[in-house]
Amino acid sequence: MKLEELRFGTELLKRGFASMQKGGVIMDVVNAEQAVIAEKAGAVAVMSLERVPSDIRKMGGVARMADPEKVIEIIDAVSIPVMGKVRIGHFVEAQVLEVLGVDMIDESEVLTPADEQYHIDKKQFKVPFVCGARDLGEALRRINEGAAMIRTKGEAGTGNVVEAVRHMRAIMGQIRTIKGMDAQERIDYAREIEAPAELVAECAERGRLPVVNFSAGGIATPCDAAMMMQLGADGVFVGSGIFKSSEPEKMAKAIVDAVNHFNDATVITRVSRGLGDAMPGLDVHTLKEDEVFQYRGR
Amino acid sequence: MGVKVGVLALQGDVSEHIDAFFAALSRRGCGSTATVTEVRSSQDLAGCAALAIPGGESTTISRLIEKNQLHEPIRNFPGGIFATCAGMVLVASRVDDPRIRPLGLVGMAVDRNAFGRQRESFEADIPVDGLPGQPFHAVFIRAPVATAIDDNVRVLARVEQGIVAVECGKHMALAFHPELGRDTRLHERFLQACGI
Repeated sequence: MKLEELRFGTELLKRGFASMQKGGVIMDVVNAEQAVIAEKAGAVAVMSLERVPSDIRKMGGVARMADPEKVIEIIDAVSIPVMGKVRIGHFVEAQVLEVLGVDMIDESEVLTPADEQYHIDKKQFKVPFVCGARDLGEALRRINEGAAMIRTKGEAGTGNVVEAVRHMRAIMGQIRTIKGMDAQERIDYAREIEAPAELVAECAERGRLPVVNFSAGGIATPCDAAMMMQLGADGVFVGSGIFKSSEPEKMAKAIVDAVNHFNDATVITRVSRGLGDAMPGLDVHTLKEDEVFQYRGR
Repeated sequence: MGVKVGVLALQGDVSEHIDAFFAALSRRGCGSTATVTEVRSSQDLAGCAALAIPGGESTTISRLIEKNQLHEPIRNFPGGIFATCAGMVLVASRVDDPRIRPLGLVGMAVDRNAFGRQRESFEADIPVDGLPGQPFHAVFIRAPVATAIDDNVRVLARVEQGIVAVECGKHMALAFHPELGRDTRLHERFLQACGI
């Protein structure tokens, strides 16, 4: 097997990597110690970042990619995949994370966008990307740019699952709608939701997105996580929900178990008992327009 | 009643394995009677003639095997086991990571992430011993390798870094992911070894 016969960074490898995360929980961590806790609890991957979303909200200002030093610290601490966040459109932050060796890049609305017109041209990278979406059109635009995984945007850092539910229901509902359409109606619908017609057709035929679809943005309890799975998520991201709860280790394990047994209310009941306080929540309706992360990028 | 193939559905690319087994069973002429079912508990395992252990995060799946009290039931499972990537790590007898409790079904030592991180993941055409026709198009994603094998284990394929496909009795363990492609020759060969 000669080196020139190997192919790296292909679409299949990117989407394949995302598929391996299915049924799993990906946890936000800000240092090596948290990464180890997440790994021990059964996380399939960790998301390395400077601050969890609820702290980003509190701090205000411009939120950027984490210090490479911090990413390296986390990569060295665990053997599970490590992901990292970059600002929407900030392709140089993405180049840096690729050099550092992160396994997947989250082009995330949680950070302050660097480009209000364009997302990153993700096909230029060997490392796979995950992007947020609120509906089918947004999801397919991101996939068309090269995203290998989609997650609901939800509303990060609120501990309020309502927006994640809205986005998951929107995507699933729209897929059900296009399944019942004929070819011409699908083309028309693709124009309406500003998505490539071929991707709309592919979703309609397969009855699902062509890539893995996770849920994120406001998941704070085992019940939240299991609900997103029952609504059709392939897995979940938990941001502030773990390390802003009063007992992170217990919460992390409980969410992993709830996702594993998402259809079994008896297990969810058992793992939900005596977890201490979930992260403090925030009513999404009290946010000012510029505080709503999900409006960033479209 | 037709034959039943189980796919361990704790975490990982479960649906890809289900689809690939359906395709392979059809090609072996038992597609209309066979079922492929998700296995989450020892009860689900009952009646299965074969079990697939999918790709995913081996540390996570290992923890969930223990948590769901599946370690002994899988160890004592009488049928063949088809293990890919994380599955290959789990069926081994020795693993380079103390967080994983290997099932010890295939006598081999395995290193996790032997090629490196995701950027080192690759696709390549590799010859597989005893597989007629073209080399197998193998997809390696943060893949493991076997570094040593017992006498009863047969090597099917190796690359520079180590052994990437083995057979041991009815069991087959692969460092790569045939379930991500359309080529079901390895699935079919496994089914044949299981008498399916």
